Amino acid sequence: MAEQTAEKFKTFNVDLWKYDGQAGALIPLLQSAQDTYGYISEKAIDYISHITGIPSADIYGVVTFYAQFRTKPLGKYVIKVCNGTACHVNGAKNITDTINDELNIDYEETSDDGSFSLLSVACIGCCSLAPVILINDETYGRLTPAKLRKVLRSYKQRVKKEAQTEAG
Amino acid sequence: MKTVKIGLGTCGISAGGEKVYKAFQEELNQHAGAFNLKETGCIGMCYREVLVEVSNGDGSAHMYGEVTPDRVGRIVEEDIVGDATIDEWLVSGEGREVGFFDKQQRIVLRNCGIIDPGSIDEYVEKGGYQGARRALTQMTPEQVIDEVIKSGLRGRGGGGFPTGTKWKFTRGAPGDKKYIICNADEGDPGAFMDRSILEGDPSAVLEGMIIAAYAIGAVEAYVYCRAEYPKAIARLRQAIAQAKKNGFLGDNIFGTDFSFNIKIKEGAGAFVCGEETALIASIEGKRGMPRFRPPFPAQSGLWASPTNINNVETYANVPWIILNGGDRFAAYGTEDSKGTKVFAMAGKVARTGLVEVPMGVTINEIIFDVCGGIIDNKQFKAVQMGGPSGGCIPAAMCDIQIDYQQINKTGAIMGSGGLVVMDENTCMVDVAKFFLTFTQAESCGKCTFCRIGTKRMLEILERITAGEGTMEDLDNLNELSEQIKAASLCGLGQGAPNPVLTTMKHFREEYEAHIKDKKCPAHVCSALLTYTINEKCTGCTVCATACPTDAIFGARKAVHMVDQNKCIKCGKCFTVCRFDAVVKD
Ligand SMILES: Cc1cc2nc3c(=O)[nH]c(=O)nc-3n(C[C@H](O)[C@H](O)[C@H](O)COP(=O)(O)O)c2cc1C
Ligand code: FES
Repeated sequence: MAEQTAEKFKTFNVDLWKYDGQAGALIPLLQSAQDTYGYISEKAIDYISHITGIPSADIYGVVTFYAQFRTKPLGKYVIKVCNGTACHVNGAKNITDTINDELNIDYEETSDDGSFSLLSVACIGCCSLAPVILINDETYGRLTPAKLRKVLRSYKQRVKKEAQTEAG
Repeated sequence: MKTVKIGLGTCGISAGGEKVYKAFQEELNQHAGAFNLKETGCIGMCYREVLVEVSNGDGSAHMYGEVTPDRVGRIVEEDIVGDATIDEWLVSGEGREVGFFDKQQRIVLRNCGIIDPGSIDEYVEKGGYQGARRALTQMTPEQVIDEVIKSGLRGRGGGGFPTGTKWKFTRGAPGDKKYIICNADEGDPGAFMDRSILEGDPSAVLEGMIIAAYAIGAVEAYVYCRAEYPKAIARLRQAIAQAKKNGFLGDNIFGTDFSFNIKIKEGAGAFVCGEETALIASIEGKRGMPRFRPPFPAQSGLWASPTNINNVETYANVPWIILNGGDRFAAYGTEDSKGTKVFAMAGKVARTGLVEVPMGVTINEIIFDVCGGIIDNKQFKAVQMGGPSGGCIPAAMCDIQIDYQQINKTGAIMGSGGLVVMDENTCMVDVAKFFLTFTQAESCGKCTFCRIGTKRMLEILERITAGEGTMEDLDNLNELSEQIKAASLCGLGQGAPNPVLTTMKHFREEYEAHIKDKKCPAHVCSALLTYTINEKCTGCTVCATACPTDAIFGARKAVHMVDQNKCIKCGKCFTVCRFDAVVKD
């Protein structure tokens, strides 16, 4: 893990040092920073500002304009609930309510222990399985509140086990 | 030797396609050389994913649907080794999936689900890059533009502007350097046409861009693709690299003195960036906010240079038009609308997925003949076309043709091709609220009416769906709509009221039921429902514990009941029940 981070860390720096003043590079730089660290820290903003000469405030304006950029790190398991039209019509609201209740987090929030983050996305392209959620890269479709609880509980179990192995 | 092809578009992958692919790979290790294993894009039958096609050496083929990894062993054993098809898993063949392809006409999707999108050789084998070759080596730029004008092709990104005319403007605009942009931002939350095209046949889009660049005199291009489409971006990168290697991109293409390069820009998640001037600002590294037009991008676009911007599907049509002639394209469709249109079918329709039909077929034909009608034989209520800027067309009007003018007359728009089907269980007020929630959140904030007006409209809709609306609210919605439409700079604001206006026009009685009777006829708006518990209840007491007002009572291990006087209709019991025993009505 540490190795991988070091590897990724390098790519962001390379992207940044390759910056040769061409306009329009800000968004790709921010994307590279987020790929590296998982979010865009204040430090990253200052760092980019220092190299590109774009004021930090302007960079912050761009960061907060686009939904893709996060200013806080995400949890270990990222739950994306599809709120596309098909999923909405097929009951995405019940899905959201169930997750709110079971994990006690709302959209754009991360659980206190850092295990789960909840995001809303529009159409993930399997409308035929609506309503759909993604947990990291795993898709769960044709969900009912009851089915979803089972899935969420299995993840909670997993988190517990992982915590035990780490502690042990 | 037999070939096994697995659909690995996003729809296939979501349904578990990669696991199926791996299972076939493992089988291949055991039966070395027994079959060829390939991947392909989306064929359109997303409702039957994971799809696996087995083709024999002689070109005949059959397809299995809903394949899971544990079915792979039997397919290899019986079909590939034993040469006997497994009838009960087939989707194609006698008596199956009747009509899905009959009324379709595949121009844009000509290769989707057929070729391996990772192989430029397969694209070339299907006639790929012949259109570009013909344009560059045998036609003048003016002839190319004339051919596109003759075809009657109109922009497929929503606006419907005649493509050839736009090219002519950009060609005629003064400026040394000109740009081409492909709009692959696809922000409509119920649409996936452009993604499937990019995933299934990326080279067709690139070829269309090359032809456009030649016609206009551009040297550089960008594909602006939303970052939520990682697979499409990967496919594009691969296709660009292969095109360079084959001399279709780069310097002196086809030995002519025409040189051209394409770069990819990943969007960062903002619906408004699909609007052309906002998109250009985003490529320039700024906040994606629209600006006033004119000047149009054709005059002053990227870095203030003349810029031609078209949608993915628009470009994908172009190679076919150059190769087959504008007249053949114009032979499809109606007086006003030529060629074909791709639709992403979603919602309460039996066959969800991707279809391409000639303009001029009726909406009913798409829903019933192509897509098998409504799920569970429920009552068909309406279709939503055009996404957040579009509107709902009631079932009674769905005998109209797919044609820009006819659709506009209903108050909806052709849009980019999202077609969401709704049945008796869909609440039209809730649908209007859904789209307004979306546009309200995505408004960039530049225009006051768009920023604040949509917020006020949303608040009214929230009141109505909570049972607190008044008849006056409906008048206010109308008035706000008119003002927002008139006072917004870009299509986001101008179109935002459409979902509300069309549902108020065609489904006024549903709004009135919410306001006057405090009822949601489709049983969707939770505040207007009655919650009851049925005999599936095991008496686990979870709902009683969860209920914030102690409205649920009953003995342990016995069926529980809801005290309607105490119930605040928060819906908590519905979501906590593990036995689906709580019923909303
Ligand atoms: C809010 C808004 C969002 C848009 N989103 C898209 C989009 O996702 N894809 C697209 O091709 N066009 C979109 N458009 C239309 C573009 O502004 C532009 O008309 C189109 O890309 C031109 O290409 P065409 O002529 O080939 O359709 C959008 C327009 C507005 C106002
Ligand atoms: S709307 Fe949810 S997957 Fe398409």
